[in-house]
Amino acid sequence: MKHKENELQALKEDVTQMWKLVLSQLEKAQQAFLYQDAKMAEEIVGREKRVDAFELKIDCDCENYIALYNPVAIDLRLVLSLIKISNTLERIGDFCEGIAYHVFDKDCPTLERKIVEELQIESLFDILVSMLADSFVALVSENTDTSEKILSKERDVDAIYRNAIDVLDNYLHQNPAAIRCGLKTVLFIRKLKRIGDHCANLVEEIVFYIDAKVLKHGNI
Amino acid sequence: MIETKNIDFYYGNFHALKNISMKMDANTVTAFIGPSGCGKSTFLRLFNRMNDLIDNTHLTGECLINEQNIYQKSVQVDELRKNVGMVFQKPNPFPKSIFENVAYGLRVNDIRKKTFIAQQVEESLKAAALWGEVKDKLKKSALELSGGQQQRLCIARALAISPSILLMDEPASALDPISTSKIEELIYSLKKTYTIIIVTHNMQQAARVSDKTGFFMLGELVEFNDTKTVFLNPKKVETQNYITGRFG
Repeated sequence: MKHKENELQALKEDVTQMWKLVLSQLEKAQQAFLYQDAKMAEEIVGREKRVDAFELKIDCDCENYIALYNPVAIDLRLVLSLIKISNTLERIGDFCEGIAYHVFDKDCPTLERKIVEELQIESLFDILVSMLADSFVALVSENTDTSEKILSKERDVDAIYRNAIDVLDNYLHQNPAAIRCGLKTVLFIRKLKRIGDHCANLVEEIVFYIDAKVLKHGNI
Repeated sequence: MIETKNIDFYYGNFHALKNISMKMDANTVTAFIGPSGCGKSTFLRLFNRMNDLIDNTHLTGECLINEQNIYQKSVQVDELRKNVGMVFQKPNPFPKSIFENVAYGLRVNDIRKKTFIAQQVEESLKAAALWGEVKDKLKKSALELSGGQQQRLCIARALAISPSILLMDEPASALDPISTSKIEELIYSLKKTYTIIIVTHNMQQAARVSDKTGFFMLGELVEFNDTKTVFLNPKKVETQNYITGRFG
């Protein structure tokens, strides 16, 4: 393997490590929320700095690679994609941290089990974890056959999000005293929806890298 | 418009170009890239019949400029070369003054009117982005100029006889980055008036200056496409391997 290929491989390996870390953050966020596990939430907050450090390193290494090796074709697409992928993973990491802080929130006591079930939060987490894990496999295996399937899950996320707003609307009409907690729950669910958007962005970047196709914005 | 149809070219028994067909529009820059010995310079030299000067060569197929096959017997090679100028890898000014270098092609073509020659020299040097640097020393020897200036002088010399096509065989490979940048800017501005074909080993240069790029390998035209496509999403794996440095 040539020197420049080793450099590219190292870049890809950093993104792989970052991706595994963020996936683990999301899985822990799910556990922390569902079981109101404050210790696990603390762990998420503590590891957030590692996610940020990965983003800074990958940005710097990508800049250096472009400056030193003038990549073209698939190499250029890979480097451009990795910059965007690391930024997107960092945003997902931020949302996981936000979910962890929601677990600590004293203003918002534990939601009734029945409401959690109606909001379908567990399913939402499951979809997001599968989107993030499947897109990781697509990058590592350089195979975009699953891209359509992963992107279609974003529609499931949107449907659960819309349903959650209706559920909370009803719940808060009946329980106006819970308005503060209700608003915070909307913000929490909004974070999950945004993670879904970002997972879709990750798939779009992988398709750009491997197939040289632009999927974003419905390819206006 | 330049077009080749099923060009095959041989040096003796060596099959140097294999069935090459392509079209190049007027007022565009086309770059040929590929490893050494792939046939790109041989192909470039077809357009002003420079290969005719090499013994024991043989060509089949058609090479058309403005729909005329330049290898027809009726074509006057001298006339063809007036229309198709050429710039080489190493600057090759004549051991004459700057003025006489540019005027040389005009004098060879029996143009004697001094005012016309002076006007043509000035316009050619301006077109080659050299006028500002040499206008006060036109009588000095061209050999006193820097490498980059000498190469632009050679371009001015090629432009003086008003060609419509300019062939460039690695025109900046012997120059420093500043002179290279000037040549590239020049190529960009000249395409308004001329059709330019450039052979280069510098792929970033091909990407910067050309509208279309042809990738040659082992005498074949592997891929010919818009430059942006070739450098972002080449259609052939051989092209991708070459431009990303995975070739060989």
